[in-house]
Amino acid sequence: MSKDPITARGDLRLTRITKSYGDFTAVDDLTLTIPKGSFFALLGPSGCGKTTTLRMVAGLEEPTVGSIHLGDTDITTTRPYQRPINTVFQNYALFPHLTIFENIAFGLRRRGIKDVKEQVDKVLNLVELPHLAERKPTQLSGGQQQRIALARAIVNRPALLLLDEPLGALDLKLRRQMQIELKWIQREVGLTFVHVTHDQEEAMTMADTIAVMNEGKIEQMGSPADLYDDPETAFVANFLGQSNLIKGKIDGNDGDNLVVDLYGQKISMPKKRSHAVDNSLYAGIRPEKFRISRLGTAVRGNTLTGGHIEDVSYIGVSTQYVVAMPWGQEVMVFEQNDDGVAPFDKGDEVNISWEPNFTFGLRGDEDVDAGTEVNPEELEEE
Amino acid sequence: MSFPKVRVPYLLLLPGFAFLFTFFILPIINLAQTSTQTPVAGGDTGEYEQTLAFGNYIQAFVENKEQFGRSFLYASLATIFALAIAYPLAYAIAFKSGKFKNILLVLVVAPFFTSFLLRTIAWKQILGEEGFVVPGLRSLNIIGEQTTLTSTSIAVVAGMTYNFLPFMTLPLYASLERIDPRTIEAAGDLYANGITAFRRVTVPLSLPGVVAGTLLTFIPAAGDYVNAAILGSPNTKMIGNVIESRYFKIVDYPTAAALSFTLMAAILILVTLYIRKAGTEELV
Repeated sequence: MSKDPITARGDLRLTRITKSYGDFTAVDDLTLTIPKGSFFALLGPSGCGKTTTLRMVAGLEEPTVGSIHLGDTDITTTRPYQRPINTVFQNYALFPHLTIFENIAFGLRRRGIKDVKEQVDKVLNLVELPHLAERKPTQLSGGQQQRIALARAIVNRPALLLLDEPLGALDLKLRRQMQIELKWIQREVGLTFVHVTHDQEEAMTMADTIAVMNEGKIEQMGSPADLYDDPETAFVANFLGQSNLIKGKIDGNDGDNLVVDLYGQKISMPKKRSHAVDNSLYAGIRPEKFRISRLGTAVRGNTLTGGHIEDVSYIGVSTQYVVAMPWGQEVMVFEQNDDGVAPFDKGDEVNISWEPNFTFGLRGDEDVDAGTEVNPEELEEE
Repeated sequence: MSFPKVRVPYLLLLPGFAFLFTFFILPIINLAQTSTQTPVAGGDTGEYEQTLAFGNYIQAFVENKEQFGRSFLYASLATIFALAIAYPLAYAIAFKSGKFKNILLVLVVAPFFTSFLLRTIAWKQILGEEGFVVPGLRSLNIIGEQTTLTSTSIAVVAGMTYNFLPFMTLPLYASLERIDPRTIEAAGDLYANGITAFRRVTVPLSLPGVVAGTLLTFIPAAGDYVNAAILGSPNTKMIGNVIESRYFKIVDYPTAAALSFTLMAAILILVTLYIRKAGTEELV
């Protein structure tokens, strides 16, 4: 505590943080540790509390309850300018009256750093824009402004770099390119990055660890692969990619596997991937894990029979099928166009099958539509 | 480009140009002619002839050096005081007023609903013996029993500050309001405390408003004569008062015209130097 917070280093720990505005609870009893040196993403739909969380870490908001530690130092009430934390703002918030050089030098000058010129030049080279030093921000394109905003933050070598929807204003192609660049820069400079986004693809591309937030709480935290392959809630299953959730009943055990009854057809799935609390469960299968076969063909793994093709969309690398199952549910199947097999036609009678290990199990009382009604492209976070 | 399209902008400019030509250019030419005239020998009062007497300028300036100096001093003081009052006011309206923003803006403009003259006469009352200011200051022992406020420089500068305050406040508000609050947050994020963020980000970004506001206050204040006439005394005469009395009372048209031109030139030079220094590109 007696230590100057500006020198604090280490893991970021949020302990039982709540932030309320009147009756509205933006962040609800959140506890979270972000290890030093990681690329961490807070992912969630608009209004899930991720930006509020970021602003509390930056010091722009104060938590109603709870504490924030950086290493051993309590920074809960430390003023923003006394924290070793820098932010890349959503719309960059570059200083329009200063040149690019002075924008980047701003933090260094405030701290009385000596070799400003050298450090600014170095970071301008890192973001590959050394020729723009004497321009004003309005003379730069969106992508260039984004890189300058990043340079202005990382030049200070903060303990923590916060990125608030940093790529939201860029077009798709540039966004993809910047995702790769950001990841590379993070490795290069070795800082802890905390990234807030509503774009699941962006979070999965860049982050080592993702915390999926919903209604002020963390739904699930883990590596992109963990979250995608073994989601614990319907919200996570639907928000990260697409999922087919089929209602079923646990019918018994078979070693490390569970036997599950899906509308009278038995399938098998790993026990450790079931998050059910009783006998009722939703079996979850990602669309690309399904294989379609014609009736009567021998297939391996779990098989559900009696479907027929409802709709076919050919999209180049894959073909997307909607398969109507006998119990009335429509499931989504993505097939790679890599086997030279003639695609199926609308109306074909088919089986769908998949590897038992790819199945995940959700509680039977889940809302299967959670996380699906959110269209990230339409709900731009303020 | 087709023929009519080229003509449209000029057609749109025509009414404004016609107006300015009739009511600005022609009078200016007339004034320039008058400024070098001399009285007709043996003629009536107010009868002058053109003799290209440029000496009028030197004479007019030498006779009224003091009033010129006073005009620029008072106008500068009023501009500084108006800026000191208007900046916090505009800042509060732009950043801290929440839902009261529009009401406060109306209040800033509200004085315009009554006549400039009437409000200045009201100031005479406020600063007079019967007003609350003088007895109040006396009871606090800030001014002595014999001291009065009317007919002093203080009263003239105070009146000018008051009268030009909205002209300072509105451009300041407009430029402060345009500042993205995230740039101020960004300054805090980059290790600037509140004062430094204000000095390094808010003030530079509001400079266009400062320049516009000071010009809109200083230029009319330097030529003002109403405040000095109503709130001042013969010892606080400004150049506007001299022009007024030369023209209407003494009927000395050439001197009045020469003084007007000298004032105009002086303001033009000062304003040009000021804008040069403040950076013209920020003005647009």
